[in-house]
Amino acid sequence: MKVPMTEYLEIDLDRELWQCRVCAHVLGSARKPYKEGLLVYARDPREIHKPILDPSYEFTFAPDPNWVQIVEYYCPECATMMEVEYLPPGHPPLNDMDFDIDALKRQWSTRDPVDLTRIAGPEPAGVDYRAHSHGGRARTYTNTGVR
Amino acid sequence: MNKMEKSALADNEKVLIEKFLADNVLFLGPDPEIMLDHDIAPRSELEEAGMKLEVDPAVQALIRDRLQAGTNEGYEMLEQMGAAPGAKWGDLITGVFTASGDLAVSSAGGVLIFSALVHHPIKFINKFWTTEPTVGIRPGDAFIHNDARYGNIHNTDQSLMLPIFYNGKMVAWAGATVHEGENGAIEPGGMPSAAESVYEEGLKMSPFKVVENYELKKDLVTFLQNSVREPKLQFEDMKVKLFACRRIEERVLAAIEEFGLDPVIVSMRAGLENCKAEVRRRVSEWPDGAVRTMCIADSTLRENVLVKICLEARKEGDQLICDFRGSSPEFANRCNNTVLASLKGMLAQLFLTFVWPDLPRNQAVFAPIQVITDPKSTLNSSYSTPNAESMMTFFPAFTMLQLAVAKFTYSCPKKYSKLIAPWHNMIRTFIYGGITQHNEMVGNLCADLNGMGGGARADRDGEHAIAPIFAAMADSGEQELNEEEVPFIQIVSKKLMRDNQAFGKYRGGQGYEMIASSLGSPLWGFMTCCIGSKVSSVPGLFGGYGAPAYPLCKVKGVDVFDVMKTDPRKFEFSIVDIMNKRPFEGATYTTHHFGMQFEIAKRGELFMITQGSGGGYGDVLERDPDLVISDLEAKLISHETAREIYHIVYNKDTFLLDRDGTEKARTAERESRKNRGVPFKEFIRKWTTPEPPAELPFYGCWGDDRSVIYTGPYGGMPRRKMNAEALESVYMPNPRDVRIAQLEQRISELEHGGKAAGDLV
Repeated sequence: MKVPMTEYLEIDLDRELWQCRVCAHVLGSARKPYKEGLLVYARDPREIHKPILDPSYEFTFAPDPNWVQIVEYYCPECATMMEVEYLPPGHPPLNDMDFDIDALKRQWSTRDPVDLTRIAGPEPAGVDYRAHSHGGRARTYTNTGVR
Repeated sequence: MNKMEKSALADNEKVLIEKFLADNVLFLGPDPEIMLDHDIAPRSELEEAGMKLEVDPAVQALIRDRLQAGTNEGYEMLEQMGAAPGAKWGDLITGVFTASGDLAVSSAGGVLIFSALVHHPIKFINKFWTTEPTVGIRPGDAFIHNDARYGNIHNTDQSLMLPIFYNGKMVAWAGATVHEGENGAIEPGGMPSAAESVYEEGLKMSPFKVVENYELKKDLVTFLQNSVREPKLQFEDMKVKLFACRRIEERVLAAIEEFGLDPVIVSMRAGLENCKAEVRRRVSEWPDGAVRTMCIADSTLRENVLVKICLEARKEGDQLICDFRGSSPEFANRCNNTVLASLKGMLAQLFLTFVWPDLPRNQAVFAPIQVITDPKSTLNSSYSTPNAESMMTFFPAFTMLQLAVAKFTYSCPKKYSKLIAPWHNMIRTFIYGGITQHNEMVGNLCADLNGMGGGARADRDGEHAIAPIFAAMADSGEQELNEEEVPFIQIVSKKLMRDNQAFGKYRGGQGYEMIASSLGSPLWGFMTCCIGSKVSSVPGLFGGYGAPAYPLCKVKGVDVFDVMKTDPRKFEFSIVDIMNKRPFEGATYTTHHFGMQFEIAKRGELFMITQGSGGGYGDVLERDPDLVISDLEAKLISHETAREIYHIVYNKDTFLLDRDGTEKARTAERESRKNRGVPFKEFIRKWTTPEPPAELPFYGCWGDDRSVIYTGPYGGMPRRKMNAEALESVYMPNPRDVRIAQLEQRISELEHGGKAAGDLV
């Protein structure tokens, strides 16, 4: 059974492997950090959060690249950006998800496969988003088509 | 004297000594036994007896609804009649507490962290004042409190607690808490970031009796009024809180009359015990393991430094442990420290509001969850450290747990709320003080702190300026009403700024601009108190980006009201246009970090800020191109962002989307990612340093090793390494001295032909 652990990561319990949920690329052992199977790139935060004010000002809405860098993690196969970290320069990346695989197997041995239509969680009680035209729900758009 | 006689004498002496010590306590400080315990109290005799009875669960639920309705009624009274801006716009709450002090039911609206922490002062009152002959607890009494060291989060929030008696026996408590604002601190408005000691933070009320026979004690009210800048507000809101508590008392007693005492006691106690059991069951649904998160709080509000907040959340079976060890040490002379109990209250609110909003709003929701911190860290600060701006560290801590919970719960088959990226977490608003147009002295804050952007959800964008992280339902205020009371105008208000957004497959909800200027006051000033001007305080989730950084902008040397009279076309109605076009000749345009101590604002000068964005969710290249076009049409993003962040291709004039072109552009960007990305191990080899860069003023652990805590360097204070088990408070130099040293260095460089003085030695 494959258990979705994030928007882009799943664990194949039978093979004990991290996998990309977009392209099924195997990223490595589920007993090790999934990041070890990804491509990594650290960038100047001003490339994403561009200065909205004239860069001659000390503060511009852009983060300070000497204090923080954006570390991006990509699937080596489909290049989906699976994770982003904001780290001080040189700070080791976190082993952010370190799950007990044996416990996970036991937990899922009595469960049915995840219903992906419900994975985002329930709508707030009393709210009908279909009645709204703006800020509404989009179809899920991926590089492999609409899913 | 035989052995038995000697032993009896020794026992008598022991009793005598204990009585002597009990009768001669020098000072009743915060009681660690109370302050370190966030579990529900053991069953009282009344509860123990009641729980043996069979009370129909439907009746229990009915009683709980009655109590809920009573707290809601009290909440409405407070909101309608309260004088504090915080009361008017939802920064308040009411609750019913058990006789032991546990929060059993809180009002449906309001700031849960307030009521989730009032159990501490109630338990203090129960423990120390019940048998104290000079105090006592009698029908018609009520107690006041605001000192976070005895419970709650900071001393701008005042609580009133009223014991409820039935047939001469105390059976429950009613409580009401309001963000009152002004509290007589070194700066007006109740949240003094300039305070360098607890004695500069204003009123510090340990729990004391302020009401007898349902009447406020005039002598104490007068003392409190003399201690703050808003004496009328102090009096009015004490009265309103008393009446709200009396209404709740009335409803509790009515429930007892209708259903009987035991069923009411059982309803409250069973509600707590069942809730605690249900939380354990829900936690057991999560995967076992550890989730680690970290962020940088980039300011103490006096200076920019990197204050690390890190979390390892460990879950095993039905146990959840939130381990914040490795976070920054406390600051001895800065007010960004958090009392451990305050941290727990804020974390409790995450579960009550965002994770399990369906559970009863009581204290037991957090009871089974453990919290670990380093003593004398900024998340577990000591008695002597100031804490008026504790939000600067416990809000980021909240965010770290919010991020961790999303990573734990993604796989869970059943969710109880929408999966979301972190909410915006800073109170981006103006605090103000001075003389009003009605010739009254005031000190308070604008309700715009409630306009934080919501985090992106797993299936749709975040909502703009929707609610603060500390209350699901709160208003951001009516500007026109504010202007009737205080002498400043928000010339621009509630306007969304382009690109002030956390990008992602689903983007964060945005905050809005505020441009404030004083008008019609002989003396007026503003403060702002937020982190996040150099490093984003809000991360994204699952590949989504975080929020931008947020500056404070000022324009001085101008009276824009004169400009509006003489040449109104000169006035630009956006921060970007004013700051980038610099339309007012002779004026000075500056940007600053968001920690502005109280500063005089002359008529017509501009103070400009924005509320912040919630975190983004998912990969930007997965964002539906139609949604990008929608954001362009709504002017939420720039063309640059559409093309360079979201990589869509469209006609700039007509906004007609080129779907094939977009697909190609995104494919090209994916190829670029593959080209620029390097394998993890290679990245680690090049990127990771064994210690923080030498010039970085860094406070906290570096990497996985949480046993070594780094501090500094800053302002002439060298880098230090501390053992995490023996942390010492960090003393920060006066920012003025740091500035003077920088300027002297500059003078020296100029005088010596560009060489630093140190180079000349």
